Amino acid sequence: MAQIGLFDIVGPIMVGPSSSHTAGAVRLGLAARKILGSQVKRARLELHGSFAATYWGHRTDVALIAGLLGMAMDDERIPEALDLARAAGLEYTFAQADLGDVHPNSVRIYAEGDADSITVAGSSIGGGRINIFELNGFEVSVDGSYWVLLTRHRDTPGVIAEVTKVLAVHGINIALLDVSRKARGSDALLLAQTDDPIPELAVEHVRRIPQVLTVRTLPCF
Amino acid sequence: MQITSASQLLELCGERNQSLSHVVAEYEAFRAGTTVQAVRERMGETLQVMRASVEKGREDQGELSRLITGYGRLFAEADQKGCLLGQSLFKNAILYALSVGQYNASLGRIVACPTAGSCGVVPGALLAAAEELGSGEEELIDALLVMGGVGIVSAAQGPISGAEGGCQAECGVASAMAAGAVVYLAGGSGEAVFGAASLALQSHLGLVCDPVASLVEVPCVTRNATSAVTALAAANMALAGIPALIPYDEVVGAMKAVGKALPESLRETSLGGLAATPTGQRLAQRLQEKHRL
Repeated sequence: MAQIGLFDIVGPIMVGPSSSHTAGAVRLGLAARKILGSQVKRARLELHGSFAATYWGHRTDVALIAGLLGMAMDDERIPEALDLARAAGLEYTFAQADLGDVHPNSVRIYAEGDADSITVAGSSIGGGRINIFELNGFEVSVDGSYWVLLTRHRDTPGVIAEVTKVLAVHGINIALLDVSRKARGSDALLLAQTDDPIPELAVEHVRRIPQVLTVRTLPCF
Repeated sequence: MQITSASQLLELCGERNQSLSHVVAEYEAFRAGTTVQAVRERMGETLQVMRASVEKGREDQGELSRLITGYGRLFAEADQKGCLLGQSLFKNAILYALSVGQYNASLGRIVACPTAGSCGVVPGALLAAAEELGSGEEELIDALLVMGGVGIVSAAQGPISGAEGGCQAECGVASAMAAGAVVYLAGGSGEAVFGAASLALQSHLGLVCDPVASLVEVPCVTRNATSAVTALAAANMALAGIPALIPYDEVVGAMKAVGKALPESLRETSLGGLAATPTGQRLAQRLQEKHRL
């Protein structure tokens, strides 16, 4: 049985009114912001299930935008997020969507920065905890409690061994490892969740692996 | 190190010859790879957020909440005018719980304890009791650790969300956590802590989660206040030596079973209970029309 954290019960410290519909939504927005890795300029947010039905009461919309602006779930500026988005030049649209057989509190976020754009889908699973279940069309499972190394690479033998070897050389322990691809020999994704932060040098070494197209690291969120 | 039940936690205290609060702090330090001192400091910061939410909630006019309007402020003003019954312990528990609940509904910064919907119960009962007893900061941190221990034991054995278990799993568990903490603060034994927790949760069995218009406002905020008062009553009964008879672990088991027996309409879906009353539905409709996507 997993050990229950004291501050998961006495906490989280958060801006109300709902841990699932407000605090979790801030974290989902923030996750998208961190995965994009730069300021969000444009965003489209598709609300699913209970998020779509009750967003107006729990300010799920305000919370998601606060997260996209880089706020954490206890940030006291969350109530002013929509005004702050206008000031920061963040354009956004909301829509209702059916994301399929997923948790009722789910959202898909298309976020665009100056140089890059991403698609992230995730669920708020209770108590402010979240799970990102889709990233740029790939199926993943990220809850923000680990550091993450993310590569997009060509689906060829040995790439995964090369990447994990780099992590091993840097003394980084892998807690969870996901690999997926769209088709044999096509674009593939490796997502390593680690107990230790991933230094820039390790990222550079991964980048030098010939079949690796892009590398990104994420902090815990 | 594991905490799985109240009986196991009390056994752990006995084996180690350590206080309940220390064992909980050590558990968390071990779990998170940190020190007991760091856990206590973080709990101290959590206490400051609780206090701030009481203060800010008491002033809150309810401009951002959808259905309720400055409940903490209303209560405080009535008290100043001398319109209310009872002594400060009782009145402050209600005032603090209302204030934190109001502040949560107004997008204020609170400590979910164990949930945002039940965030007023522990500050209500515990901070009012601490004033009555003249407790110091370290004693309060000990009581909060014990409160967290009651919460961990509850979450290990039962639901702590309205969607799973109804309001008994949110305000009920919060009331049990608060009752245990108050007993500890008043110098009660570990057994008395869980006796009080048991009595408090016993009084909440069957309580449904039926929020009007899917908001964490009605009846949540006033229910936080009554659950805080129930916690104080349970604490006093336990301190008087009135036995709970049914051990806390078994009450949590009963709460879980009752939660399973509750139809979905009474588990946070706003399809039953107060949400389904003619007035509840009218309020929901009015708000929905105003805020369409």
